[in-house]
Amino acid sequence: MNRSHNLTIAVSKGRILTEALPLLTELGIRPVEAPEQTRKLILETAKPGIKLVVVRATDVPTYVEYGAADLGIAGKDVLLEYGGKGLYEPVDLKIARCKMVLAGPKKEAKLNRRLRVATKYIKTTRDYFASRGEQVEIIKLYGSMELAPLLGLADRIVDLIDTGNTLKANGLVPLELITWISSRLIVNTAAMKMKHELIKPIINQLEQLCK
Amino acid sequence: MVTHKRWLLPEGIEEILPPHAEQLENLCRRIIDLYRTWGYQLVMPPLVEYLESLLTGTGEDLDLQTFKLTDQISGRMMGIRADTTPQVARIDAHNLKAEGPNRLCYLGTVLHTRPESSGASRSPLQVGAELYGHAGIESEAESLCLMLETLKLAGVEDIHIDLGHVGIYETILKSAGLDKNQETELFSILQRKATSELNDLLKQWSLPKKLGDKLRFLIMACGDASILDRAAKELTDSSGSIKHCLKELKTLVALVNKCLPGAPLFFDLAELRGYHYHTGIVFTAFVPGSGQGIAFGGRYDAIGQAFGQARPATGFSTDIKTLLSVGRQKEFKRQAIFAPAKEDKKLNKKIVALRKKGEIVIRALPGQKQSARQAGCDRKLQLKDGQWQVVKL
Repeated sequence: MNRSHNLTIAVSKGRILTEALPLLTELGIRPVEAPEQTRKLILETAKPGIKLVVVRATDVPTYVEYGAADLGIAGKDVLLEYGGKGLYEPVDLKIARCKMVLAGPKKEAKLNRRLRVATKYIKTTRDYFASRGEQVEIIKLYGSMELAPLLGLADRIVDLIDTGNTLKANGLVPLELITWISSRLIVNTAAMKMKHELIKPIINQLEQLCK
Repeated sequence: MVTHKRWLLPEGIEEILPPHAEQLENLCRRIIDLYRTWGYQLVMPPLVEYLESLLTGTGEDLDLQTFKLTDQISGRMMGIRADTTPQVARIDAHNLKAEGPNRLCYLGTVLHTRPESSGASRSPLQVGAELYGHAGIESEAESLCLMLETLKLAGVEDIHIDLGHVGIYETILKSAGLDKNQETELFSILQRKATSELNDLLKQWSLPKKLGDKLRFLIMACGDASILDRAAKELTDSSGSIKHCLKELKTLVALVNKCLPGAPLFFDLAELRGYHYHTGIVFTAFVPGSGQGIAFGGRYDAIGQAFGQARPATGFSTDIKTLLSVGRQKEFKRQAIFAPAKEDKKLNKKIVALRKKGEIVIRALPGQKQSARQAGCDRKLQLKDGQWQVVKL
């Protein structure tokens, strides 16, 4: 089969995949094997020529920008942080919704130095504080952000929250909403041009479904 | 520096080794010869020049892409070229002061502070051809045809040409009356084809419905030639300038099809690559297997102005190293003749004669242990009946 008649869609395991599957199934893009029950990373779907690849959430834009995958489903948090060109993000799928917030302890001692902010989202945090005209020191962490203020590593954190229970349990409160987050359909620019006949209908259908 | 890492090259900087270097050199030669037959004269702009002349009229992107250094003689800032096109525009407008059409081509390494896209080279070997002094679509057609010929010469197959026109977005933007920040935001959304975000934005800014509909159409206005007719219906404006843009695109297609029937031409009316620099039609070549475009061109009438003469200009450029990697190249098999180390008058004469014919003759060095085959030869010189003859290994 000609390469231009195939489509590869990159998705990440977990919440995004779980919430994206019903949408994809509506389009007939249903994995032949249940993703939770297989160790395969490339999943054939009921639609001939379309396959899903399961990658880490932060890797989805990389696969799509290089064109290793034509389409992908990625959280806006990941896209903001990735910041690369060469990607289209046509549809807000309105799934895996949460908030990116600035959080900190309820009571805060007065500081006579720069604010220290711990986060996984370095670029987004820098941009956010820069837009407020504030220079802060950013500390990159990979997980358990809530610990940082408790141990005095940082004064604030920037992280995603869903219910906010983890924050509360650790004596932190959300201070400011940075942005709402949801998952987007992303498309490689070259694929959008060369496979527009295949990709445009998918975009249109998803747009209708996610109105 | 740790000794064992001394060989390491900077990220995105590569060297080209045998046999690829020879293939590359061969391709360079054939491309420049092709441009010669179309009447394009070769220019060799300098590797560095003053920053002002390098960046005039080209926008912020190129500024960030340019390596800078201080000139110890004048104290002024110099830049290492990140794109040859502005240099050639300067040469046309200032040095040559040409009146009529002027065709120039160039070949040389450019340097980028950051790769254009993830994984791209920071030192592309840029080749391109620019046509100055003619404002008609015939110039775009010539540029695009020559770009297609270049790709063909490099063995690039399954090409997809994407055509756009920056005048369309410009016209819509003019009628919208947005402030600078809004413009930046809208530009970013269009570049990312973020339709959902556009819808949110239109609500938030409460723009007129008619304008919103136009933008909503424009953002996904890509595909085959049928999109031009739909655009003519959806994007009407009172000044008629969008109609003019669409007509230009149609004319271009007709002209290119005459020159290269069945050329793979498609459209994306929201393509804004080089928006701050291009002034008319833009085109990009894509091929399967490459996530980003491989050759870029279009009209840029404004640059020459800064150098004393505003001249209409079209052209294209590409990276030969990319072409070499995506194109199908003829198998390059080295055929060489091995000559013994022995001093012999007749042998010397024979070697000279063979080399004159273009043969590769590798002469053994005294005490050499490497065999003819190991030296990469397929034949050798042998004394037969008192004559030096070439025999197969």
